[in-house]
This record gives sequence, structure tokens and C-alpha cells, in this order.
Amino acid sequence: MAGMMGLEGATVAAIAAMAVATYACRAGGYWLLRRLHPSRFLRAMLAALPGALFIAFVVPALAAGGAMQWAGAAATLAMVAATGNVALGIIAGTGTAWVVWALR
Amino acid sequence: MAETEPPAAAPPVIFTAAGIRHGMRRAAWLTIGMAPFGLAVGMLSERHGLSLAETVLMNALVFAGTSQIVALEHWSHPAPLIGPLVAAFAVNLRMALMGPVLAPWLDRLQGWRKLATLHLVVDHSFALSVLEMQRGGRDAGFLFGAGLALWLSWLAASTVGRLAGGVLALPAGHPLFFAALAAIVSLLVPLWRGRRDLLPWVVAGIVALLVARVAPGSSWYIIAGALAGSLAAGLRGGA
Repeated sequence: MAGMMGLEGATVAAIAAMAVATYACRAGGYWLLRRLHPSRFLRAMLAALPGALFIAFVVPALAAGGAMQWAGAAATLAMVAATGNVALGIIAGTGTAWVVWALR
Repeated sequence: MAETEPPAAAPPVIFTAAGIRHGMRRAAWLTIGMAPFGLAVGMLSERHGLSLAETVLMNALVFAGTSQIVALEHWSHPAPLIGPLVAAFAVNLRMALMGPVLAPWLDRLQGWRKLATLHLVVDHSFALSVLEMQRGGRDAGFLFGAGLALWLSWLAASTVGRLAGGVLALPAGHPLFFAALAAIVSLLVPLWRGRRDLLPWVVAGIVALLVARVAPGSSWYIIAGALAGSLAAGLRGGA
């Protein structure tokens, strides 16, 4: 197994199943909601959703992490707040995490 | 926000090559954060016996790193079917929340443009597009371009990881993998809309923490936190 160009039936089936499930997620929420005329309530909800989604992604990941993750996240936030540049934030955060990791 | 502009005066949503290029340029920097993540997925594919062709196929068609890692960690030979299917659905369900937010752009797209743009929705292209919408952007090509740049770099990084998998292996806790989380954290700063975000963000964080504790090992906490936080904003009223 694990040749270069080989395609195994079971593997292709698993990949296809993952692809269909993921596309259903990407398109499903949109198809379900597009028929609704968004009310004031729904508009306020959708406007707040992106930030809430990323907070819900980040907070438990940090809670499960250690000093490396906390220092890296703090450095990322500080750099983006100071420069407005997300790439510098990623570099500063990962660099800080690396320093903390090396110093352990 | 978009709510403040009179609907009749709003210029129509368009889909142009200039918009695609703009989105690609904006996403180019975020590919730095995605690259180590893509490498890790490629290495994991090698370790679990996927061929190069199978690795490329998975990364092109699924294009959702966390769900791929979850599925690959439980891979066996011959490949399982139900495990990867459930992993893809459970981990990627958060994407179902992104479509409705992007609806003002998606509604105006037809045919292949709509189908392809939906496939290219990931955390980063979603966040960049929301910011572009908040600035009054009306070119849906932006979403397509940002997603395309991330998709291409994802394919490149995961392919390199698959090829290098036997040669170099980073331990799971290596700080390079923190870049993926840093890429998400970095987007929080531009997404902050001021004090009105305090309530939804605090609610989202607390609910996500609680659900993560109750149901560890799934990613329901992301959906629960996002819905609770945005529900709090909706109940408070205003935009």
C-alpha cells in the first residue's frame, strides 16, 4: 500500500463520503435559511455570529492548552492590535509559542 | 453594518476577476498559518497508508483540515467508511452557520460560481469575507478568490507533507502547529465590532467551555457557543 498513484476502492469511498458530508455542511445552512426573510432579530444574530463562532473555537482550545498557547495567543492579539496585520500576528504568536516551548 | 444602508440604493452584488484577485491577495498572508496544518495532514496521510493520489484527492475534495485529522487518526486498512463520514459531518457542521451570513453574496451567484464558491468556504475565507462585507464590499468574487488562495496553498502544503512524511516528522505538540490556532486568533481583532460584541463573545466563550467539558472529543462546543453568543445578541436587539 501507500504507493504514489494508487487508488484503493475503500479509500476513495471514504474520501467521497467525507467530501459529500463536508459539502452538505457548507451548502446546507445556506440552503435552509435562504428562503427566510431575515427579521431584525435574525439580522442581529447573523451579524454577531462570526465573532461568536471564532471565540467558541478559540476559548476551549486555549483552556486545554498550556503556557505555550496562552503566550502565543496573547502575542498574536497584541501584534494584530498594534499593526492591523494578521500575518505579523501569526508570525509573532507562533514565534512566541516556539520560544516558550524551547524554554520549558 | 449593511443594515444601515437603504436597500434600494445598494449597488448590486457582482462577481469579477478583480474581486477574485483582491480576495486572493487578502488571503495570501493567512496561508502562512495554514501551511503547518497542511503539512501535518499530509504527514498523517503518509503514516496511515494513503497514496499520493489519494492524499491529493482528499485535500482537494474535503478541504477541511481538522475533520481530516480526526478521520485520519482513526484510519485503518482497508479504509473505514462510517468513522470518516461522521467525523466530517460533526467537525464541519460549524460551516453550516457560515452560509447564512454570506447569503447576501451567495444569493446573487448562479451555476458553477455558486457551487464552487460554497466549496471554498473555510474559516479564514469566511472571516475575511465578513470583514469585506462590513466595509461595504459587493464583489462576491472576493470570497471565491480568498477560498481559492487557501485551497491552492492547502493542496501544496499537504502534498509536501505527504512526500516528506517518511523523512521528517514533527511531534504532535510542536509549536509550528500553533500557527493554525494563531491564524484564527489573529482574526478576532478585526472581527471585534466594539462594546456591543462583549455580550455575545462572553456568552459564546462560556457556553463553548461548558459544552467542551460535557462532550469532550467532539466539536459541538463550537456550534453551541456560536449559537448561544449570537442568540444573546439577537435577543438584546439592535444590530
